Amino acid sequence: MKIIVNGETAEIRAGTLAELLSELGYADAIVATAVNGAMVRAVRRDATPIATGDRVEILAPMQGG
Amino acid sequence: MDAMTDTTAFDADPVEFYGTRVGSRLLLGTAQYPSPAILAEAIRGSGAEIVTVSLRRESGVAKPGQPLAGQSFWQLIRDLGVKVLPNTAGCKTVKEAVTTAEMARELFGTPWVKLEVIGEDDTLQPDVFGLVEAARILSRDGFQVFPYTTEDLIVAEKLLSAGCEVLMPWGAPIGSGRGLNNPYGLRSLRAHFPRVPLVVDAGLGLPSHAAAAMEMGYDAVLLNTAVAKAGDPVRMARAFARAIEAGRDAVIADPMEVRDMAAPSTPVMGRAVFGE
Repeated sequence: MKIIVNGETAEIRAGTLAELLSELGYADAIVATAVNGAMVRAVRRDATPIATGDRVEILAPMQGG
Repeated sequence: MDAMTDTTAFDADPVEFYGTRVGSRLLLGTAQYPSPAILAEAIRGSGAEIVTVSLRRESGVAKPGQPLAGQSFWQLIRDLGVKVLPNTAGCKTVKEAVTTAEMARELFGTPWVKLEVIGEDDTLQPDVFGLVEAARILSRDGFQVFPYTTEDLIVAEKLLSAGCEVLMPWGAPIGSGRGLNNPYGLRSLRAHFPRVPLVVDAGLGLPSHAAAAMEMGYDAVLLNTAVAKAGDPVRMARAFARAIEAGRDAVIADPMEVRDMAAPSTPVMGRAVFGE
């Protein structure tokens, strides 16, 4: 199915947010996640389903001022 | 410890943010350095104990054995052992800022947040109305908010009643290097809130700007571009650290009064008289 990850269309197989992170290679990465504009805590990723058209944000620590 | 035998008593001059004491009054941004090594050296050399960080989309493609950009940056910061102050840079609405702060809290494991709600692109001026609203929501939710604000007294009051225990007025627009644009406003903010920790955040270009902020009685200074974009960021970080210490020492030392007329510093009595 097609979803939007970090602003770009992606064709994915994952059914949950946790599976999506594994599929994208972020399984061990320190990231924060949001689905459709709402934050999803790390402990909730297994229980968070992903559906066609969802907008997922995967954010990482970055340099900032 | 007995104050008389504590030889560090003269130099130890910690500043406190939300009950956390830090020895350095320089808060340093981590963006725009020529390399991670130079960033690390600038932090170490300046003695900064608090650094600002942000949250951005992880841009790389994860490959086995190759750390993603965000992950290696985070490792570098953790190895330095400094406290992090995550920002909500670039957020333009209350919702964006609140969601970003929530994600930052989980990612960085700190209730601290440098709250930015930007109102205008050319000046990156804070949207103070959105700022107060976001500060209220986040404070209620257990965040310890460091609001990036203007020097406006009424906004400051509203931020304090929203739950903020630190204020961070701008010196000048972010990245402009102009110094203290409104010394009168900054001085009057200091005078109105003598016990609130105040940090000049943004717009400084030179160590003398930082010294001037400290001489006004500000508790600390936050800067990024002035160090990161200097020809030698490591040396400039150290220069700022020294200027901040000098300005702080000057306040404690209680400066002389300014007067209009000259007053001889060399004693007049006993002056030799020639050729009378």
